[in-house]
Amino acid sequence: MANITEKINKLFPGIPVEGENIPVLTVAEEKWHETALRLRDSEDLKMDYLVTIVGMDWKESLGCIYYLMSSAFNQVIGVKVIARGDREKPLIQSVADVWKVATLYEREVYDFFGIIFLDNPDMRRLFLNIDWVGYPLRKDYDENPEINPVSIENERQSDFTDVYSEDAAGNLVKKEVRVFEKEDFVVNIGPQHPATHGVLRFRTAVDGETVKKIDVYMGYIHRGVEKLCENLTYPQTLHFMDRLDYFSAHNYHHALCILIEKAAGIEISRRAQVIRVMMDELSRIASHCLFIGTYCMDLGATTMLFYTLRVREQILDIMEKTCGARMTFNYDCIGGVMADLDKDFVADVKALLEVIPKNIKEYNEIFTGNVIARNRLEGVGVLSREDAIAYAITGPSGRASGWACDMRKLQPYSIYSELDFEEVIAHEGDSMARFKCRLEEIEQSARILEQLVDNIPEGEYCVKVPKVLKLPAGSWFQLTEGCRGAFGLYLESDGSTKPYRLKIAPPCLPAAAVVDHLTRGEKIADLITIGGSLDYIVPDIDR
Amino acid sequence: MEVTTKSMPYDAWKDNEYIEGLVKQLQESGTNVIVGSLDKLINWGRSNSIWPLTFATSCCGIEFVSLGAARFDMARFGWEVARSSPRQADFMMVAGTIVNRMVPVFRRLYDQLAEPKYVIACGSCAISGGPFRKSYHVAKGIEDIVPVDVFVPGCPPRPEAMIYGIMQLSRKIKVERFFGGVNRQEKQAEFLAAHPVQGVED
Amino acid sequence: MQDLSVITEWIHSFLSSFMPGWLTTTVECLLIGVGLLLVYALLALFYIYYERKLCAAFQCRLGPNRVGPMGLLQSFADMFKMLIKEIIHLNHIDRFLFALAPYLVILASMLAFAVLPWGNGLQVIDFNIGIFFLIAVSSIGVLGILLAGWSSNNKFTLIGSLRSGAQMVSYELSIGLSVITIVCLAGTMSVGGIVEEQSDLWFIFKGHVPAVIAFVIYMIAGTAETNRGPFDLPEAESELTAGYHTEYSGIHFGFFYLAEYLNLFIVSGVASLLFFGGWMPLHIPGWESFNVIMNYIPSVVWFLGKAFVLSFIIIWFKWTFPRLRIDQLLALEWKYLLPINLVNLVLMALIIVFGWHF
Repeated sequence: MANITEKINKLFPGIPVEGENIPVLTVAEEKWHETALRLRDSEDLKMDYLVTIVGMDWKESLGCIYYLMSSAFNQVIGVKVIARGDREKPLIQSVADVWKVATLYEREVYDFFGIIFLDNPDMRRLFLNIDWVGYPLRKDYDENPEINPVSIENERQSDFTDVYSEDAAGNLVKKEVRVFEKEDFVVNIGPQHPATHGVLRFRTAVDGETVKKIDVYMGYIHRGVEKLCENLTYPQTLHFMDRLDYFSAHNYHHALCILIEKAAGIEISRRAQVIRVMMDELSRIASHCLFIGTYCMDLGATTMLFYTLRVREQILDIMEKTCGARMTFNYDCIGGVMADLDKDFVADVKALLEVIPKNIKEYNEIFTGNVIARNRLEGVGVLSREDAIAYAITGPSGRASGWACDMRKLQPYSIYSELDFEEVIAHEGDSMARFKCRLEEIEQSARILEQLVDNIPEGEYCVKVPKVLKLPAGSWFQLTEGCRGAFGLYLESDGSTKPYRLKIAPPCLPAAAVVDHLTRGEKIADLITIGGSLDYIVPDIDR
Repeated sequence: MEVTTKSMPYDAWKDNEYIEGLVKQLQESGTNVIVGSLDKLINWGRSNSIWPLTFATSCCGIEFVSLGAARFDMARFGWEVARSSPRQADFMMVAGTIVNRMVPVFRRLYDQLAEPKYVIACGSCAISGGPFRKSYHVAKGIEDIVPVDVFVPGCPPRPEAMIYGIMQLSRKIKVERFFGGVNRQEKQAEFLAAHPVQGVED
Repeated sequence: MQDLSVITEWIHSFLSSFMPGWLTTTVECLLIGVGLLLVYALLALFYIYYERKLCAAFQCRLGPNRVGPMGLLQSFADMFKMLIKEIIHLNHIDRFLFALAPYLVILASMLAFAVLPWGNGLQVIDFNIGIFFLIAVSSIGVLGILLAGWSSNNKFTLIGSLRSGAQMVSYELSIGLSVITIVCLAGTMSVGGIVEEQSDLWFIFKGHVPAVIAFVIYMIAGTAETNRGPFDLPEAESELTAGYHTEYSGIHFGFFYLAEYLNLFIVSGVASLLFFGGWMPLHIPGWESFNVIMNYIPSVVWFLGKAFVLSFIIIWFKWTFPRLRIDQLLALEWKYLLPINLVNLVLMALIIVFGWHF
């Protein structure tokens, strides 16, 4: 990694770089926008993918850590920017024009920390009501329920969004901008709506059947997981991972375990690693099966749901025998896994591997080859590779646009570097490509399982871990591949038993942000096609 | 009077005392033969045709989907007609966490349901806030927002538990009264009077 | 072939034996009305059960099996519930139109019942433009749907009803043209006449190629006409919650629900009338003994059986295919079905002129 540090030093002489695996630069706020542009455009770095913006409250100051990745060189760096101004009105330059997804990420930071991003075109709260008092992830936030009571009154709506900028004299200027035009016919899709896969809300301006603009409202299932984690010990934080994207329960659990083990310096046995990877891949199959089913159901082909759930039930049986639950397994733990494999595990997985090819053939016969399905999916919601990177659309949706973004290949963790599987990539970028990518990923996951099922090494499934786990002071960042894309975790410890800050960077948040970009000019029915093909899980967006 | 359903022995049920209490209440108020048998017919219809509202916020909703799938097949009981419009649904399976921002929407959905309407709090989040109880943005149980008929514990509850929950609801509907005094709806009216919504025109 | 008009004539002579003429007519009208209502309700309930069981079978499930033997009473329970469910009164709506809409929808499907050939001699009215009357009344339904969508003061219902309007107006053309194709072959518009014409051979065989084309087009257009999948855009659940009837509750919603299934029956009933001989048993020229045996099966069974088999196909569509998009739906009609249909009509005319049919 010395290589990347050198590159940065050459490009930005005098900027402090720290960190071993992932170098973290500290950039002054005044130079941030300019630095961001250079980071993105320089030939040596090409940091074109903004993984996440971690808002931070270091008590004496507020700031952000931007995690960037280069799609060409596959390197991750962090950039630390400390906000200017006092705690009342901390300011940071916006990079919304550098990375498109930053518009939404900055809204998230504003919502949680009250940091105002200058020149961000849409500086509203994201998850909380517009009348919410305080910024919940600040360390001095008052959690008294009387300040923000549970109210059954309808929340206040505003048709305006704010844009903050600085005038020549350096004063903060707030400008109100209309979200929709006055005469727009705005249809409110959600929060309770069959198409939104949970409680997401799209305010959609339509012109007849054509969608003009979509304004996404989130936060209808925002449960404040990040704040909750700050008051729990490390093993306790694990169980929230199951409840974010409940289809990637194993994968997310695995990610946090890796992160904590990396921080605590715990080596786990190979048996545990193999078990974890097998569980990850099983959940990936189950997740994609459910995606196929619900997606077809959204398009009107209800029967497919039942065929795909058949496979999912079989996988859930395997999980249930070993983990004891059908969902929210809480199986991976720090140091390994909770319990040893069930004695039927190997036989069950083999039985599953036998039925998967037959089922995929059946899905293709019923749905993929159907002329109506092809008309509905092909050429609808085309996402170019550049846009996929700029909007940070990872996972099968990103790979369908031709962007090789599989973290199992790019940032191999656990035993993925030893395994033989292909990264499924398509180049069309339309809904059909996204659909097919997932179908093919099932086959690849099955391939991984085939390699592992007969080679589960003997050994202990869980190493001894101190009862009270304390992490050394420091910060760590981990990228893994959930079922829906790159799942980032940032952990900062102050040396106690509880995390100082745990930031979850879900893959679904950018997916919700790109809906507006993809659906403009398409039909209302395509909104369902596109939204479904992005396969977002709302609790994962909202956390 | 033993309230049960097809091929379920009475002893297999839990919370029989509660239903017996309802039966007693029903019998005490007395009724004439014709109205009584009409009531029976209506309750037979209602208890056998409970259509859910498609409403799910998180994990429990996925188990609700499994409930509709081939293995558990809620269609056997006639519950598969999930309506997307609250006007046409009979009960609401509150599957998942209800957070502050969702509360007004949730309450409005409940108000939009047509009578007779029932609520099942499904999963620990809906019952008490569950693992997220300490959060700043989670309602601590939906009982403060709408009257709840059946609680189904679990995180998420297994589909079998959900089936049992809905069967209990069906049993509860069987001992209701349509004509004359209504044991359940009065309580509901009391509840709604105690939890008014202001500023809503319709 | 047992002629059921014997029974109706017996009732008529029995009634007129002790009643004046005007009273006889009134009583008969009442009897027919009550009978139709009864058949109407029973058929709708049967269809609901039929579809639920069928779709369960397609989806490897059991379907209703707890209420009554094999779940047969399930739809009765649904009906009882629906009858006494609260009808919600909304503010800010056009109350009169809102209340009128479900009745219009149900009226359209009821009127169509009048000319269906239930059996030999079992037809409410058989007049010389029967099939024309059927097309005319079945288009009243769209008015009800448009009113429902407009009067609910809800954006989803509005979009749903406008979709429905566009869809029905387009597909009515196809239905009309394929009906005309068969009327050409039959040479009459009277329902009884069309059935009689098929006494030697059903039209689908008699008219061979153009009749088969007309049949396929009729089935597609008929499915679209009834707003069923893959053409269920007006009530596309995943897009418009419940479409035009989102705001309806209780029995008003029940009317829409019943009308959907009744329309399914009417479409398949008309298909069986036009292409499969209505109540006419399967007759093959030359196979006299076979024809005689076929005659022993009652005509009512023939008609209902054909209708149920054809509905099975429509239900099969619904649970297999994904939904079309509105522009694709209209393109299908105007760019493909309509031109094919026009050519088909010319083809049929040629076949009749040159006597190439069987």
